[in-house]
Amino acid sequence: MAKAPARTATTEPAIPNRERPNQPERYQASKEELLAFYKQMLLIRRFEEKAGQLYGLGFIGGFCHLYIGQEAVAVGLQSALDGEKDSVITGYRDHGHMLAYGIDPKIIMAELTGRAAGISRGKGGSMHMFSTEKKFYGGHGIVGAQVSLGTGLAFAHKYNEDGGVAMAYFGDGASNQGQVYESFNMAELWKLPIIYVIENNQYAMGTSVNRSSAEDQLYKRGESFRIPGIQVDGMDVLACRAAAEEALAWVRAGKGPIILEMKTYRYRGHSMSDPAKYRSREEVQSVRDKSDPIEAVKRELEALGVREEELKPIEQEIRKVVNESADYAEQTPEPDAAELYTDVLVETY
Amino acid sequence: MAIELKMPALSPTMEEGTLAKWLVKEGDVVKSGDILAEIETDKATMEFEAVDEGTIAKILVSEGTDNVKVGTVIAMIAGEGEDASVAATPAPAAAPQETPADQKTEATSDNRPQATGTAQLTAAVEKTRLAADPSIPQGTEMVKTTVREALRDAMAEEMRADPRIFVMGEEVAEYQGAYKVTQGLLEEFGAKRVIDTPITEYGFAGIGTGAAMGGLKPIVEFMTFNFAMQAIDHIVNSAAKTNYMSGGQMRCPIVFRGPNGAASRVGAQHSQNYGPWYASVPGLIVIAPYDAADAKGLLKAAIRSEDPVVFLENELMYGRHFEVPKLDDYVLPIGKARIVRAGKDVTIVSYSIGVGVALEAAETLASEGVDAEVIDLRTLRPLDTATVLESLKKTNRMVVVEEGWPTCSISSEIIAVAMEQGFDDLDAPVLRVTNEDVPLPYAANLEKLALVDAARVVAAVKKVTYKG
Repeated sequence: MAKAPARTATTEPAIPNRERPNQPERYQASKEELLAFYKQMLLIRRFEEKAGQLYGLGFIGGFCHLYIGQEAVAVGLQSALDGEKDSVITGYRDHGHMLAYGIDPKIIMAELTGRAAGISRGKGGSMHMFSTEKKFYGGHGIVGAQVSLGTGLAFAHKYNEDGGVAMAYFGDGASNQGQVYESFNMAELWKLPIIYVIENNQYAMGTSVNRSSAEDQLYKRGESFRIPGIQVDGMDVLACRAAAEEALAWVRAGKGPIILEMKTYRYRGHSMSDPAKYRSREEVQSVRDKSDPIEAVKRELEALGVREEELKPIEQEIRKVVNESADYAEQTPEPDAAELYTDVLVETY
Repeated sequence: MAIELKMPALSPTMEEGTLAKWLVKEGDVVKSGDILAEIETDKATMEFEAVDEGTIAKILVSEGTDNVKVGTVIAMIAGEGEDASVAATPAPAAAPQETPADQKTEATSDNRPQATGTAQLTAAVEKTRLAADPSIPQGTEMVKTTVREALRDAMAEEMRADPRIFVMGEEVAEYQGAYKVTQGLLEEFGAKRVIDTPITEYGFAGIGTGAAMGGLKPIVEFMTFNFAMQAIDHIVNSAAKTNYMSGGQMRCPIVFRGPNGAASRVGAQHSQNYGPWYASVPGLIVIAPYDAADAKGLLKAAIRSEDPVVFLENELMYGRHFEVPKLDDYVLPIGKARIVRAGKDVTIVSYSIGVGVALEAAETLASEGVDAEVIDLRTLRPLDTATVLESLKKTNRMVVVEEGWPTCSISSEIIAVAMEQGFDDLDAPVLRVTNEDVPLPYAANLEKLALVDAARVVAAVKKVTYKG
């Protein structure tokens, strides 16, 4: 009888004779780092709660997709990037990624309320926000488009030989779009420096992964293109950070693209107009109780000796920042009517 | 029975070629599959294979002969047991039949294939005269250049000047371009800047657009714009809108280029003019040149632009020769129409391949005493309405010619502009001459019926000048 293969530390091999990334080990954060993660995640949570409130009051219109529940993903991953050279692109659930990059909450909230002071001068809205200064390339409204566009950013990094890596976020829903696989093919063919991040929050609008995906283990979606994938606990900011480091090491070594499937969960509906009847209240409550990413960090901080009283002022400060951003976004003026015609084209013909 | 070997058509648009080399000689026995000769088209050298078996009785066109028309008997093959010397003379050729214009709709009784419908689009291209572009300095040396070469030269010149520019698309590198537009670029610029993609339009249009957002200047070639339907989301949603949506932060300097419009006998899915589609999108520049000089000057301008450009070429025009000014840096302004024929009685507005049809009609009209002005729009967005309205002010009559469908077309737009801004200058309703409102059929006779031609333009002009 043949012996069972020895267990190795690498991820599950589909083709055993190919090099694969290591299964990341949970990141060892210092107290200061952990505090910083806590602050960033809490800022996103409070910001999104406020955005939801402003939507209800009619200050924010159209579609508004909240990031509540998924905070650990953007915070953990982006903390590992080199802000000087790496680029980030995502879909329409983009507020959290911008906040994780330290972009001023005031100008994000002002964009949500469609004001001239918004980061896109009020002309983009919730789904279309960009900061070329931070190498944050949006904020794209068409499901899956950011995957090809992000692959183009990676193409530019390689072409310019600038050492940068592109990180393209997309959801479990987008992972069924054809252009994702067209991009996978070229990214691997040309060994482009890109990390594909699938934020698997379990539901593509109202359709669960099981109802939409023949292969529901989304980290395997690159296998037929020889792109390795790692499945990550997206509710654990330290697991996210560790996965980012492993992925960056892989990509920066010139081994081509890699996929990170972040298992996460959104607490709110797909957008503000989604009553989320496709899942039970109990399911959501259970995740909140057992897996909340912010509560988890709080517990870790307590274990490191950080007392409740030390966190209180941090929470108060974040509430203040968020309230100020909301006040600003409500009061700052709408764009001038002349802005209607600006920025359609760059040049004059 | 002796067999005639005829000059083959090796592409849908080939009308003549060079018999580069015979690989057999008189007296050789050939069987099917043997390679008989090498024939050069304007794009490539092709091998010509034997289908029939027998002995080469006589070679009628010697190797090295240029401009051998498709269908010319180039050799005779004697069949088995046949006397090669008897078989050496071809049967007397039937006189080519010119179908009178008024009989075009009737089916002909003989079984020979009809001329393709697209022949009428280019019938007069190299015969009609274009007024020189006033931007070219007097005394500039002019060089006969094909549209294909002009496009290639434009890309090569810009690529030499700016290392951020690269070309990406299907068969652009090693194959030298499906239509040979990128010929020689791989050799000069290397595989880093001339990139073959898999057949994956949506994907590489997105990658190109993302690369432009990341600071490069991509030229994305679509083998034809018909295939860009798969990629239109990135052209419209990603490339065209991002500058606006980002409040002017995110640039997207990209050129999407390739052949557009009807090709010859390729059926409905490969024959469509996307000019009106793209020209309806704010945030895009849309260019559709006619001659080689404009192709060069405008493609250079498109590549330099900081805005996303859709550059619509035409396969039927690639091999056509025009005068191109020999200037170090010939760049034309985007958004400026060109008066390619000055006249006073009527304005004919067109673009791309339609310009040739309009010029052909203008010459016919001239012989009948009607002096037509022909305007080539060149850029479809932004549209140079000033030049159109200025001409209308002078002629008071207008016809729009478009190789494309009538509904929601560039013609519709020009007519609307004439109504809104030139109403007082109109002495007759503006008419449009477009393709028929049907998917383009394959059958040669139906294709002919579906496409615009000069006769229809002449008829429309007679209507608006009340001479019909």
